[in-house]
Amino acid sequence: MTVLCLIETDAGGGGVDASMRALAVARGLAGSADEELAAAWFGPAEAVSPGELAAAGVGRAWAIGSAELSGYAPLAWARALAGLAADPVTGSAADPAAGPLGGSGWISAIVAAATDHGNEVLAHLGAITGLPMAANCVSAARIAPGKCRLVRQRWAGSLIEDAVLAAPVALLTVAADAVPADAVLADAVLAEVRPAAAGEPAGGGGDAEVSVEVYQPELADGDLTVLAAESADRRSGVSLASARVVVGGGRGVGGPDGFAVLEELAGLLGGVVGVSRVVTSEGWRPHRQQVGQTGTKITPELYLACGISGAIQHMAGCQGAKTIVAINTDSGAPIVTKADYAVIGDLHEVLPALVEAIKARRP
Amino acid sequence: MEICVCVKRVPMVGGAIMVTPDGLEVDTTMSGFTVSPHEECAVEEAVQVAERLGGSVTVLTLGPPEAAGQLRDMLALGASRGILLQTDGAEWGPMATADAIAEAVGGGSVTYDLLLFGNEAADTGGYQVPVRVAHLLGLPCVTGIKGLEVVPAGDRPERILASREYRGTEEVFDLPLPAVVSVKEGINLPRYPSLPGRLRAKRATIETIEPSWEPDGLRKERLRVPAGAGKKAQVLGAGTEAVPALVSLLDELGMLS
Repeated sequence: MTVLCLIETDAGGGGVDASMRALAVARGLAGSADEELAAAWFGPAEAVSPGELAAAGVGRAWAIGSAELSGYAPLAWARALAGLAADPVTGSAADPAAGPLGGSGWISAIVAAATDHGNEVLAHLGAITGLPMAANCVSAARIAPGKCRLVRQRWAGSLIEDAVLAAPVALLTVAADAVPADAVLADAVLAEVRPAAAGEPAGGGGDAEVSVEVYQPELADGDLTVLAAESADRRSGVSLASARVVVGGGRGVGGPDGFAVLEELAGLLGGVVGVSRVVTSEGWRPHRQQVGQTGTKITPELYLACGISGAIQHMAGCQGAKTIVAINTDSGAPIVTKADYAVIGDLHEVLPALVEAIKARRP
Repeated sequence: MEICVCVKRVPMVGGAIMVTPDGLEVDTTMSGFTVSPHEECAVEEAVQVAERLGGSVTVLTLGPPEAAGQLRDMLALGASRGILLQTDGAEWGPMATADAIAEAVGGGSVTYDLLLFGNEAADTGGYQVPVRVAHLLGLPCVTGIKGLEVVPAGDRPERILASREYRGTEEVFDLPLPAVVSVKEGINLPRYPSLPGRLRAKRATIETIEPSWEPDGLRKERLRVPAGAGKKAQVLGAGTEAVPALVSLLDELGMLS
């Protein structure tokens, strides 16, 4: 049996970070039952390098493409994955007698990153096949044929659910912010999942061969009704989701005029400003700057949370930060029990002094 | 333009989240209830479209009898009809929920031009009910939307342009109506309910349906608060006196080089 992982590819080449972390969870699932790990993506065969796949422990790979399937189309992507999972050679229409995906039943699970695309495509796949789908998984292990034990996020990670998924093919998306970046390479995870597997090929040596096959999907009528038209104007500057430093502001900032010092500090540290939900609800800053369950999930090296109480909704967005420093007037605020370091004080006094101290160190 | 918005009653969590002693539910003895934030924005969007183009907004929920309270909250924002798919309070899976919603909005002959959802429920975060409803009804669907424009043909709404930002690029989807769309917070800023709105909502009749269901393949065994919650931060100091310690920390973390 094989665990198949959908890889989203970056315009600049390679798999996107969230997909590579999803691949780590897929590899854990495959490893728990001595199954193969395979990957598939939409686009040209060279979009992901064989070396990158081998390092992640992938044994087989498919590039899915056809002339009509050039952009992102959620239903068409789901149909193509269903076809590939039914039969990687012909993609022949599913035979209901052969199970939900038809074909030879060589696939035990299909995994994707819990991104807008990953969740959407796997939801369509669940609807097409009548299979259940588990979103935002953190880990997965096979406990019996047709049965997986899952750990998944609820409340965007503020609560953890232990669950059992009973399905002939498991459909999972992976909460990428909960998978450590150093789990992406195969050696780390194989050592963790199968400590007794010494002597087996670990797949991380770079000498393993991954041949990428091209798969041409057969689409059904209407699969391309919903098709993304992309505008080319990418936002310039550092994005909140991938910033190395985020300076966060909450109710304590006091109003739209209070953010100047946060912007200045973010500039000095090479970071960006993020805000809590109350700030966007009050209209002080645009919603795209919101860090939280209903905004952006961030994974910076440093998160400096200023005047933020630390509600569940906000912490769900910043729990992926490596170090959290809180600046708050209230030593009893929830953020103080959730941060690594705290300064008890008024951000309107502390931040200007911090900015001056940093400037004074620089020539 | 006839719009149906599906919402879900969820606990209002503030600074901490607690689990019941049996480990199966969120402890709500100290909390109120609300609808998921994305869904409040879905209702606001529907009301704005109806104000602009005419028509009416229905709100629908699946939940215990108390979920009628959340329907009334949404009626106060400008929806005119409330439908409760009443349960005994047990947590339904996404497949059973989608079946009940699809049945309630007309099965194969939907009378709405647009079905709106929130992108995901705040509590279970399943990300799939809207897509499953769309498949059951044979309608086009897109999720995670942060911009919506209705394109009329004559005096009928014909298409919608739905947009979202994804990995720094704007994606625009052109869907024929009727369609299913899930939206995210940020698509608008929901209004506060007006006093007349609240009075109207208080008096409104909630239509109640009692659907039946079967569990799907995903079974919850236990809920737990993640490890690491409840730790205590190392306090660097108070006020501006803490700045030297803060600068040293930033330096140690490699932020000042």
